[in-house]
Amino acid sequence: MIAAVVAGGGAAGALQSAFVYLAAAVLMVPVAKRLGLGSVLGYLVAGVLIGPAALDLVGDAAQVMGFAEFGVVVMLFLIGLELQPRVLWTMRKDVLGLGGLQVAVTAGLVFGIATALGLAWREAVAVGLILALSSTAIALQSLAEKGLSDAPAGRRSFAVLLFQDIAVIPILALLPLLATASGDGAEAAAESAISGLPAYQQALAVLGAIALVIAGGKLLIGPMLRVIAATHLRELFVAAALLIVVGISLAMGLVGLSPALGTFLAGVVLADSEYRHELEGDLEPFKGLLLGLFFITVGASIDFGLVADMPLAIVGLVLGLMALKALVLQGLGLAWGVRAPARATLSLILAQAGEFGFVLVATSLSLGIFAGETGQLLVVVIALSMALTPLALVFDDRVLQPRLARVENECMGEAEAPPAGRRAPVLVAGFRRYGQTAGRLLMANGFDVTVLDLDPSVVSVLRDHGLPVYFGDATRAELLESAGAEHVEVLVVATSEPARSLEIVESVRRHFPKIRIVSRAYDTRHAHALRGAGVDRTVCDVNGGGLALGRAALEELGFHPYRAERAVRRFRRHEDETQAMLFEAYGDAGRTTRVARSRTLDLGRLLEADVEDDSLVRDGAWSTTLEAQAARD
Amino acid sequence: MPRRILHLFAHPALDRSRVNRPLAEAVKGMDGVTHVDLYARYPDFNVDVPLEQAQLVEADVIVFQHPFFWYSSPALLKEWQDLVLEHGFAYGDGGTALAGKALWTVTTTGGVAEAYCAGGHNCFTMEEFLRPFQQTAGLCGMRYLPPFVVHGSHRLDAAGIAAHADRLRAAVARVADPATDLARLEDWEPSAGGRSGVAR
Repeated sequence: MIAAVVAGGGAAGALQSAFVYLAAAVLMVPVAKRLGLGSVLGYLVAGVLIGPAALDLVGDAAQVMGFAEFGVVVMLFLIGLELQPRVLWTMRKDVLGLGGLQVAVTAGLVFGIATALGLAWREAVAVGLILALSSTAIALQSLAEKGLSDAPAGRRSFAVLLFQDIAVIPILALLPLLATASGDGAEAAAESAISGLPAYQQALAVLGAIALVIAGGKLLIGPMLRVIAATHLRELFVAAALLIVVGISLAMGLVGLSPALGTFLAGVVLADSEYRHELEGDLEPFKGLLLGLFFITVGASIDFGLVADMPLAIVGLVLGLMALKALVLQGLGLAWGVRAPARATLSLILAQAGEFGFVLVATSLSLGIFAGETGQLLVVVIALSMALTPLALVFDDRVLQPRLARVENECMGEAEAPPAGRRAPVLVAGFRRYGQTAGRLLMANGFDVTVLDLDPSVVSVLRDHGLPVYFGDATRAELLESAGAEHVEVLVVATSEPARSLEIVESVRRHFPKIRIVSRAYDTRHAHALRGAGVDRTVCDVNGGGLALGRAALEELGFHPYRAERAVRRFRRHEDETQAMLFEAYGDAGRTTRVARSRTLDLGRLLEADVEDDSLVRDGAWSTTLEAQAARD
Repeated sequence: MPRRILHLFAHPALDRSRVNRPLAEAVKGMDGVTHVDLYARYPDFNVDVPLEQAQLVEADVIVFQHPFFWYSSPALLKEWQDLVLEHGFAYGDGGTALAGKALWTVTTTGGVAEAYCAGGHNCFTMEEFLRPFQQTAGLCGMRYLPPFVVHGSHRLDAAGIAAHADRLRAAVARVADPATDLARLEDWEPSAGGRSGVAR
């Protein structure tokens, strides 16, 4: 009934569909985030809910998916914008080697298994190539959400995904060759404008299109953006940004290339342009929305009827596929010297099949490479493997990573763990920029410092610089003990993750109650939690950097430097007092809110008063003129 | 009830202090004495004016103890004066919070006593150099007690320093004693042996 209403065509129907999709996302994504499952799973579940399997609120999800795949195209354009050509060049070994081998080995193994399962070799080749690809959308979104984009696992994942996106082109070119002679299907596949041409002309057209994108990006788009920026019409710039992406997608489609690859190239070409940030800012919301929509349609398109018909077979296929892909990546990661924790993430984050799989399945079906049933089955397997990825990542996060870190510790035991018998009075946990500054200050003042960090690359770089940095997890009592914890007077917690610094504090408090702890706090709430856990002093991130930045801005606004400094001090005192009051009220939500509100008003009054009359803020000494004094005396 | 003494101690490099620190330690913890290490309380010079004023109100005698830098106090104590001794609090309209209290300088100089006189190396007497403090007390309606000065701090040995510390304890005990008439204080016991830092 509802479905019928929603599916009712026309503009009203489109609005209703939009309402359903948006409502599902707005309801489910916060729940998934709250449960620590990431937004991708939230979107997927939202899709399942509104899909035919559950509420059946959307008519033709597949049609929406075609539109939503554009989100992937926009995403690749944005990724391209982030990658200057020279950065891309430094990645060539990972892209071609790791990525190439991943696709080749995975496709080969899937081919073997598919043949063993009784598929004809043509079918098996197509299935192998389709399933070798991973989901750029899911993997990159998840990496970004976990803050791993620049971590070793993130960079390697990206290299592999980049190769896969490039590989889509030859795969699309290869599929027609696999078509059986049953002419009808082959005819139906003639979708691109050049597929009627001889092979060498096709190749020329492809190269020409790529050259066009690069040359156009350099010569055409730059000047065009300059003209548009001069109009000062923001929406026109947004339109231009979308036009670039849509235009390139169309051009690529014309020569049978992946639109994602085309826009990626255009992005790389524009990465040096002065409009890069403007383009990023304008396209970011489109990417987010379209990707979300794409994930929803993936959820909605899972054919649960098919799953119900052959549940075991499908579960087996999905898990088997993910295990196989993960194992291949494990092996390659090992050969590439990726450390165990990063390798686990790399393997799991790319273990699914990808959105290009849907495209390739559709193409294969139209070419008649395999039967409709096989196609249906593949779509379900691809979608389910995508849906399982966020869960696999939760598993990675909660189960694998802690264990691997421990194993890693033991492996590095001899080389980089702190030697037994250290007697430094200071232990620093976390040695990125923040911890380094604090630690170096202590060292410069003649204190022997032991440093623990969990990132092997940080550890080895700093050790090369001759700093006493050791690999280790500061939450582990036995490691702390071997780092000489009984001689430690002060622990400096400088890790950037709030949850982790709390863990460290709790562990140290439990095992070494005498150590005094100073800790970096992310914000007020974190500071309170830390103090509650027994930290002696907290230093809030915002206090140092934020206030210094604010002071710089005040000076730029014309404040005399010392007036700006006084304003900062006054503000900081007020903040400190508020913190103390909030700490007392900690846990009592009502009181906390009252304190926060009244203190905000106070500050407003304080600052307002300062403008009119200095004496109210107890800072009046300098403002009284000699004449005024004489008159009063 | 002894007089309540607020001991405001200002030394920017306590770790290098030979004389001031033992003197401060000697006073710290005495009956009726509230000791404040100003540089520890305000390492960033961000003086908390309401707090300081509240402490002043509670005291009968305010002691400024500091080394004698460039013929005056270290910068933080000057900052403290500039900020805390506000119009309307310490002086001027309704500024009577400190009236009737006493201000007392305890200081150490590197130069010997003979250097502080006309014709000496520093040309002026300690009394002359300390006039700003004296008049600060005057403007606030406070009694200015004879300064307690330790000269020649560079040359003092451990025994000499200990002797001055004892002398200061005795002086503080005298000031704290309610039976002592502050108006009639003129001189401090010279230390046995060493040169005394006595205000005349």
